[in-house]
Amino acid sequence: MSQLTEIVEQALQAIEGTDDLKALDDLRVDYLGKKGKITDMMKMMGKLSAEEKPAFGQAVNQAKQAVQQKLSERIDGLKAKELEEKLSAESIDVTLPGRRIDNGGLHPVTRTIERIETFFGELGFSVKQGPEIEDDFHNFDALNISEHHPARADHDTFYFNPKLMLRTQTSGVQIRTMENEKPPLRIISPGRVYRNDYDQTHTPMFHQVEGLLVDEHVNFAELKGILHDFLRNFFEEDLQVRFRPSYFPFTEPSAEVDVMGKNGKWLEVLGCGMVHPNVLRSVGIDPEQYQGFAFGMGVERLSMLRYGVNDLRSFFENDLRFLKQFK
Amino acid sequence: MKFSESWLREWVNPSVTRDELSHQITMAGLEVDGVDAVAADFTGVIIGEVVECGQHPDADKLRVTKINVGDDELIDIVCGAPNCRLGLKVAVAMVGAVLPGDFKIKKAKLRGQPSFGMLCSYSELGIDVESDGIIELPLDAPIGTDVREYLDLNDAVIDVDLTANRADCLGMAGLAREVGVLNRQAVTEPKWQAVTPSIDDAVVIDNQAPASCPRYLGRVVKNVDVKAPSPLWMQEKLRRSGIRSIDPIVDITNYVLIEFGQPMHAFDLNTLNGDVTIRLADGEEKLTLLDGNEITVPSDTLVIADQQKALALAGVFGGEASGVTTDTQDILLECAFFAPLAIMGKSRRLGLHTDSSHRFERGVDPELQAKVMDRATRLVLDICGGEAGPVVESKSDEHLPQPVSIVLRRSKLDRVLGHHIGDGDVTEILERLGFNVVIAEDSWKVTTATYRFDMAIEEDLIEEVARIYGYNNIPNTAPIAALSMPDHKESDISLKRVRAMMVARGFQEAVTYSFVDPKLQELVHPGETAMILPNPISVEMSAMRLSTFTGLLTAVGYNQSRQQNRVRLFETGLRFVPDETAESNVRQQAMLGAVISGNQNDEHWSMESKTVDFFDLKGDLEAIIGLTVSDEEFTFRKASHSALHPGQCAEILRNDRVIGVIGAVHPSLEKPFGLNGKTFVFELELDALLHASLPQAQTVSKFPANRRDIAIVVDEQVSAGNVVNLIRKVGENQLVGLNLFDVYQGKGVEPGKKSLAIALTLQDNTRTLEEKEIAEMVDAVVSELKSEFNALLRD
Repeated sequence: MSQLTEIVEQALQAIEGTDDLKALDDLRVDYLGKKGKITDMMKMMGKLSAEEKPAFGQAVNQAKQAVQQKLSERIDGLKAKELEEKLSAESIDVTLPGRRIDNGGLHPVTRTIERIETFFGELGFSVKQGPEIEDDFHNFDALNISEHHPARADHDTFYFNPKLMLRTQTSGVQIRTMENEKPPLRIISPGRVYRNDYDQTHTPMFHQVEGLLVDEHVNFAELKGILHDFLRNFFEEDLQVRFRPSYFPFTEPSAEVDVMGKNGKWLEVLGCGMVHPNVLRSVGIDPEQYQGFAFGMGVERLSMLRYGVNDLRSFFENDLRFLKQFK
Repeated sequence: MKFSESWLREWVNPSVTRDELSHQITMAGLEVDGVDAVAADFTGVIIGEVVECGQHPDADKLRVTKINVGDDELIDIVCGAPNCRLGLKVAVAMVGAVLPGDFKIKKAKLRGQPSFGMLCSYSELGIDVESDGIIELPLDAPIGTDVREYLDLNDAVIDVDLTANRADCLGMAGLAREVGVLNRQAVTEPKWQAVTPSIDDAVVIDNQAPASCPRYLGRVVKNVDVKAPSPLWMQEKLRRSGIRSIDPIVDITNYVLIEFGQPMHAFDLNTLNGDVTIRLADGEEKLTLLDGNEITVPSDTLVIADQQKALALAGVFGGEASGVTTDTQDILLECAFFAPLAIMGKSRRLGLHTDSSHRFERGVDPELQAKVMDRATRLVLDICGGEAGPVVESKSDEHLPQPVSIVLRRSKLDRVLGHHIGDGDVTEILERLGFNVVIAEDSWKVTTATYRFDMAIEEDLIEEVARIYGYNNIPNTAPIAALSMPDHKESDISLKRVRAMMVARGFQEAVTYSFVDPKLQELVHPGETAMILPNPISVEMSAMRLSTFTGLLTAVGYNQSRQQNRVRLFETGLRFVPDETAESNVRQQAMLGAVISGNQNDEHWSMESKTVDFFDLKGDLEAIIGLTVSDEEFTFRKASHSALHPGQCAEILRNDRVIGVIGAVHPSLEKPFGLNGKTFVFELELDALLHASLPQAQTVSKFPANRRDIAIVVDEQVSAGNVVNLIRKVGENQLVGLNLFDVYQGKGVEPGKKSLAIALTLQDNTRTLEEKEIAEMVDAVVSELKSEFNALLRD
């Protein structure tokens, strides 16, 4: 028995002292293999008496198990270590940039128009588009701007001929909509408009969003309400807003809307008013039955205020260094 | 219109500050554009008289003066102004005075002569008057008086930006009326002694155009001294209204123009031949205007003529030959009401815009002429002397505008404003505006004033009531409207979605001008006709675009010359193609255009740096097409386009209709557009794109799919698209996947040929395909390819 104990002791020491899977396997063969030292001990059973056998057998089995367990522990430990080493060799610099497709971005004008479309879209306004080369009926006459009206001179119109021009406002879209659809109407019309003027504060092309609501009981207080809400939403600020009487041939009463800028000065951002009865009549809507309000805003002006752009012309240079700021 | 605050306060003087006044009139609809002091800040400048003026002993240009400022002792001042002379009344900055720019006046010696102050020029006092030398004050200027006070230099110039409907405020009278209404104060008109004619001289007026000129007043004034200086107060008031002093007659007509908003004209009486005729021009006659330009007067233009020739463009511009000169002795004053329609558009057509035409085309009070004629005559007599004849009037009652009667209904007022303004307030506002108001049941019967020619309909009165009541006193309320749900189509692809896709693929949105350089566009679209703007900003911005290419390529060049080499831009917008079948003979089509250039990606530590090619952009385009979920409706067909590389250009078709083009930019365009290397573009019609198929769910097969790869060799001319289409046709329903995964030319493939490797995925919905069936299918495909394209299987 003491021999067995000694063998086990040897085996455990040998296993402990080995950090190589192959050597461990050799040890297994040495002790537990067919001709292994512990297996050999089993062969000594034959020489023992019947009384001794069970105890001896049990002892050998226990020795086997002890060695086997030690082997397994050792192998698991080594394997875990090996894996750890392998994984550690695979570690990467997670701070390196990934293989991305850089996001592009919308033009600030589009971004602003889309926001405006969202605000009014949620109130049931639908977006309408129209031609940019427009006839004088839709650009002027139907808007109560007769041929020699002084307001025509204010528009710096790009004419192709006296009957055809680049639209100076998107209002023509409202006329076209009213010609084709029956009230109640709720539309906004964003788009390019053109004026023959080019300096620090004017570009010959710019963008407007105009809105129109025609219904039986729409009124000036509601026009004020909707625009007030719009401006508060647009600037995400409870800024001061004022409505100032003004004049547009196509609205009566008319107003311009100013907001208080950060510099404490009023800035004009909108024109609006109740649709002039002549305009309603020109598209076959009875002004005694229906009333409407309309408003128009310059998109570039709003974008400049919102995003701190200080040169209007930068909107149309398409300089990537400018555009990429709008992601 | 610019006006002097002090002048306004002579008419009506509410106890409000300058800022409050500006705010008031702005909020009444007369927007104040600016408020400017008439002089800079200074102190210690008083009126003095030059009582001795001698040459400086040691300096040619200096004078040594003694100035009487009303003290016991005269003051020694050395002055360098050439107009400094004995007897002059001058502005004296005393020792201790502080002039603009914090310039302190101290005792000084100039070339050895003591000087105890300074004689000032206008510019030294920060007053915007052009003059050489020192200020020359009137001889009656009171010695010792503070100059600020004497010249009323604490005044301000207020500039109002008047809307086209408020021509009634193009004069002090109208502005004062408005301020009076806002402050509930009475307005005081200036008073003058009415003119009694002292001579009988008069002209005969032959009015042949009473509709255009319903009222014309003429008056002869003889023996006027046109060399008399305009009084300082008049010059200053004019200056503060932005008008330069010219001569007393012009100054007087300008003065009443600003005072009452009524334009006048003065003729040299002795240049006239016979009666004054008011008529339309005959279309042939020439007229040299006061500015020296000769024009041919268009035939529908109203002129003031004598028996022989046109003298002036009525209400617009005087003629040179009949104008007042320094030799003029006798004048004819004209004060008329020309109908706006007779003046509108006429001056603009001739490129003329005058203070007079500005007012007449917007409207002048038709009842004002007699008063203004009297006012102007009184000023002429007072300043230039002379004898006035009687006023001769030609008028046509039927053509004179009449006060308008408008009924304002309580119900309409409330309905338009959405707010109730009390009866008393409404009545008071209308009356204060000078309207005649009769209160009826639930309404007001309003007769407007002749000076408010902008009043025509009920809504005009509503605006007046709201305006004076204050827009900001009307509450903000939420609109109430019927909740009707607009139509939405799931198969409509929104433009927003397309833009979002382009952005996700790394494109930056551009907005280029709709008008482009015709020379550059001609390179892109040679021989195609574009619409040309007759009056563009510049030639480079004169041709309406035929595609987005010209603008996008210009943007690429712009960026690449600014070290931005990798460019990915897209734009949506209209192109303008002349087309006789379209409205206004122009097809205005919404397009999506895109351009790429430079590397596929920014330099990256683990990606290859490669410049973009055709298939990069085609991939982007296919992603957009993918939004339609109808990829099979789209085909690419080799094509040619004047702007694109002949070997790298395709038409884009949807259901066999060409809807766009894609390709490499032709190398010959690289230089003119400043492109740095290969550039690829596409453009397609948005309307043809923005329609998608709705998903139609199919049963997912429970049976395994089988992949078989084939490699075939075909002529390099054979297009892969045709090969793929043929396989799809042969494979029918069982072919569930088809992927062309390799194209190879080179070693092992005969020159002029190419090898295509294609993966076929076969599957059936009802059973597992047997090996034999699969082999038969592959064989069928190969044999079709052989007969159609002479394709050989590659070993």
